[in-house]
Amino acid sequence: MSLPVRITALLVAFVAVAAGVAFIVVHFILGSPPTVTFNASGGVTNVVLQEDPQNNSPSLPQWVSYYVQDPKTGHWVHTTLFSVPAHSTVHMTILGYDGCTPLRNNFWSQIQGTIGGTATVSIVNSKGAATPTRRVSVIDSWAGCTIAHTFAIPSLHVFVPIASPNANDSANNLCGVSPCTSGPHSVMTFSFKVPTSGTFRWQCFVPCGGGYLDGNGGPMQTIGYMTGNMEVRA
Amino acid sequence: MATPEAPAAGAQADRNHGLRIFLIWLPLAAIADLLIWFAWKPHIPPGTMTSSAEHQQFDIAFMALLCAPVLLFVWTYSAYALVNWHYRAGDEEDGPPIHGNAKIQATWIGATAVIVLGLFVFGTVELIVPAGAGAGEGPAPIWKPNVSHMLEVQVIGQQWAFTYRYPQFGGMESTQLVLPANTTVAFNVTSIDVIHSFWAYQLGVKADANPGVNNIAYTTTKDQLGTFIVRCNELCGLWHGAMFNNGHIVSAPAFATWARSVQLKEARNGILRALPPYSTTYDPTVIPQLGSSLVKIVGITGSPGYYYPPQDPVTP
Repeated sequence: MSLPVRITALLVAFVAVAAGVAFIVVHFILGSPPTVTFNASGGVTNVVLQEDPQNNSPSLPQWVSYYVQDPKTGHWVHTTLFSVPAHSTVHMTILGYDGCTPLRNNFWSQIQGTIGGTATVSIVNSKGAATPTRRVSVIDSWAGCTIAHTFAIPSLHVFVPIASPNANDSANNLCGVSPCTSGPHSVMTFSFKVPTSGTFRWQCFVPCGGGYLDGNGGPMQTIGYMTGNMEVRA
Repeated sequence: MATPEAPAAGAQADRNHGLRIFLIWLPLAAIADLLIWFAWKPHIPPGTMTSSAEHQQFDIAFMALLCAPVLLFVWTYSAYALVNWHYRAGDEEDGPPIHGNAKIQATWIGATAVIVLGLFVFGTVELIVPAGAGAGEGPAPIWKPNVSHMLEVQVIGQQWAFTYRYPQFGGMESTQLVLPANTTVAFNVTSIDVIHSFWAYQLGVKADANPGVNNIAYTTTKDQLGTFIVRCNELCGLWHGAMFNNGHIVSAPAFATWARSVQLKEARNGILRALPPYSTTYDPTVIPQLGSSLVKIVGITGSPGYYYPPQDPVTP
């Protein structure tokens, strides 16, 4: 092999390795889901999320996942990062498309840290009919097939169980394409105050990482799926 | 050539050196120990919020009290040697040959033996007297506080939060750790998933939270009211670093008011009935309200049908 060929081969190999390292760094280490920005209107920030039994990522479509609705476009964004203005009241609406799983600690069935210590819940069936909206302070995950996930911001003492759709209905008609736009689901609303600026992690307390240790691995420990950050902007 | 009187003169010179070193070291050591005890000790962590914290503060101060004179002796001796026994121009003579010194050897062995045995006795006493020194003693503690009444608090670790159950208040559970002043507390520490560690630093309490194990730690709160931090001290997953919250020591009446109000609220909203009966440990695969045999039936717990999927080889 001639010298120019050897040098060229060496350079090509070097560039390939460098490109691989750069891809790993950019894509996996520095890569992060997008952040959806919400603004307040009259001191109230409306945030809309949905939780699905699957997701539309190319690599791990079988993982359960939250989605955040972009307030500007109305499109669902596959992320768990969002920002809200400081000192506002966050009015949260969560659409629960996933089926039920009992809580490991049923204490999280209690709604805590919301204004009034309550949330409202309505169940929409596969035909689109909704039950009357109820105001609840507990959704007992052990009393029946009632909870899919939770939305919790521990440092703000906000803990809200997210109701699941009717078990029989969801067993046959569960949404199968994310982001979900149809299928049986719950609609939950609640409000809480954001006290100051900072980053507040939020998570789910249902062990819904199927196939992982104690059900708490995989999507439960991956930002962009069942846990994320709420950025409070000053 | 040395004269017959030289050894006696050398011994006298050694004694003079020794006396000078001692006289330099003694006031330095006395000042250091006084500063440690009266100026530094009140600020040594973890403080004095509880009996175990106070004992730990005392232990650290006492050890510093012992160490400072030793450290100062080494420094004094080194400085004295540098000043008096350094090389001087024109001095090409070797030092005198030294072959053993029974007195120094006996002093060395005796002093170190006394120090080691003394520390052994001191450490043992300081472990036993404060009933385990705030450390987890496992499910069958050897050293229990000798008191007629104790507040029982169960600490439940889970990814990624601690919750606290109060069995003497109907088994109510809270995300807040509130303790009354001047009260002996028994922490029953457990976990319902992976290994965590309950570390209430200012209380001088630290106990591993293992699933299926009741790890008991004792302490007695003092009359110092205030806030303390609870942290997880065992790497437990993505949000381990965020697994902390604040606890509070309040007056006994304020604690009773708080505990009863939480108990009443949880009785009213139904969460007390929804919790499992109080137990020192919990099996997360068993839902008492459903019965253990029902939990793993396909379908009852929704998609994918199992509380713990069967393909998970680690879960029970």
